[in-house]
Amino acid sequence: MFESVLVANRGEIARRVITTARRMGIRTVAVYSEADAELPYVREADQAVPIGPPPPARSYLDTGAILAAARKTGARAVHPGYGFLSENPDFARLVTAEGLIWVGPPPSAIEQMGDKINARNLMEQAGVPVAAGTREPVTDADEAAAQARRIGYPVMVKAAAGGGGIGMSAAAGEGELRAAFDTARSRAERFFGSPAILLERYITRARHVEIQILGLNDARILTLGERDCSVQRRHQKVAEETPSPGVGAALRERMLQAAAAAGEAVGYRGAGTVECLVDAEADDFVFLEMNTRLQVEHPVTEMVTGIDLVEQQFLVAAGEKVSFDPEFVRYIGHACEFRVYAEDPRRFLPSPGTITEWAEPSGEGIRVDAGYRAGNQVTPFYDPLLAKLCVHGASRAEALSRARDAIASFRISGLKTNLPFHAELLDSREFASGSYDTSVVARLRP
Amino acid sequence: MAEIRAEMVANIWRVVAAEGEQVEDGATLVILESMKMEIPVLAEAPGTVTKLAVAEGDVVQEGDLIAIVE
Repeated sequence: MFESVLVANRGEIARRVITTARRMGIRTVAVYSEADAELPYVREADQAVPIGPPPPARSYLDTGAILAAARKTGARAVHPGYGFLSENPDFARLVTAEGLIWVGPPPSAIEQMGDKINARNLMEQAGVPVAAGTREPVTDADEAAAQARRIGYPVMVKAAAGGGGIGMSAAAGEGELRAAFDTARSRAERFFGSPAILLERYITRARHVEIQILGLNDARILTLGERDCSVQRRHQKVAEETPSPGVGAALRERMLQAAAAAGEAVGYRGAGTVECLVDAEADDFVFLEMNTRLQVEHPVTEMVTGIDLVEQQFLVAAGEKVSFDPEFVRYIGHACEFRVYAEDPRRFLPSPGTITEWAEPSGEGIRVDAGYRAGNQVTPFYDPLLAKLCVHGASRAEALSRARDAIASFRISGLKTNLPFHAELLDSREFASGSYDTSVVARLRP
Repeated sequence: MAEIRAEMVANIWRVVAAEGEQVEDGATLVILESMKMEIPVLAEAPGTVTKLAVAEGDVVQEGDLIAIVE
């Protein structure tokens, strides 16, 4: 195992990675922008290096500053977390060129999956089901309209290089399609540096279900169950659970096989996630995209399997065997994650501010991955994720009951959070029944 | 006269309207950016933009004046 790791990220995920590294005896190096100097992860790392001003482009996306921090501290490996540089193949190559270990998949796998059009085409060749859609980038609105007529409405319009729901919208007819195309195009250029647009048939009553995969050094691709991520606002996840209440045994088996085939198609190593849309009525699924990194909601998988996914990332990156027997993975009970965002619980608008009170729930089956504590400032420069409340129970009913108590006792003051929304979600008949889809939040907020 | 103020801490990403411009009810005056989200600031009634108090790249605090529409 390598002696040290630099965590090229911030907030809760930097802290999460540091926790496992410390447990494994790996020296930890944090990097931070001027806005984040007081955050817990900076304090908890063995060393912390300032890398620049608050805007991400001048700190967490500054590859030169991050590699300089690695040189200065003698870090032997780089863990990218999620977001920022985690799915940037050029950064992965720079890390390797420095003689450092990249805690992630091969850069070629990141590249192949990073372009959603390429990924779709590749998956189709590998026998993984994909939705009807475009096989080439769509360049103008007339072409988009022609393609949409061929595919059939409703269609989803998205940036080929995109992620995080940015620039994505569904269109039910040509008028909406032209507006969606213009929005997607401008967002794509601004956020992802590429104007390439893709159209896909949109499933209206779909669940968003993803498969955790782990590529081993002997080229085997393990699957570690699914996560249901259908609770979304603005195409961004708000709550997740495993197992999915909407996926039966036969469908699950087909999805696991497809996810393994997806990983094999790109020579995947380490932790990755294959996202799918499940059409609950048709009991069928299609490939959506692959995230070539650790996922925000990875803790729910950890809670039901007892496997530390960050530990496996480190082991695979170091060329070693994983810590568990791949033939005997057991799934015990039910786990949920609730993303605690700094946003108002009615309209979900950002709410930066200073945290004056922070008291986390604790108890049996409760895990909180937090990025902040009392006294910290939550700035407008980064995403609104404050913490992830993760809950495990022997059954879904027990997990949800523990979640209700935990949400009621989680105290955060000084800014608005979506904790009241989570309380409402848990009380809603639709979520409680388990038969919800990606429109559940829209129905709670008509 | 309507004073339009920032609802939250944010960066000014785009200034869409210009001083002296006639705007409709609901027209986008400025686009804020906070926590990776774009938030349009809209005119609440038709009128003339008599003052634009922000420029692209500025940081506004909650309650800061953004524009006046008369």
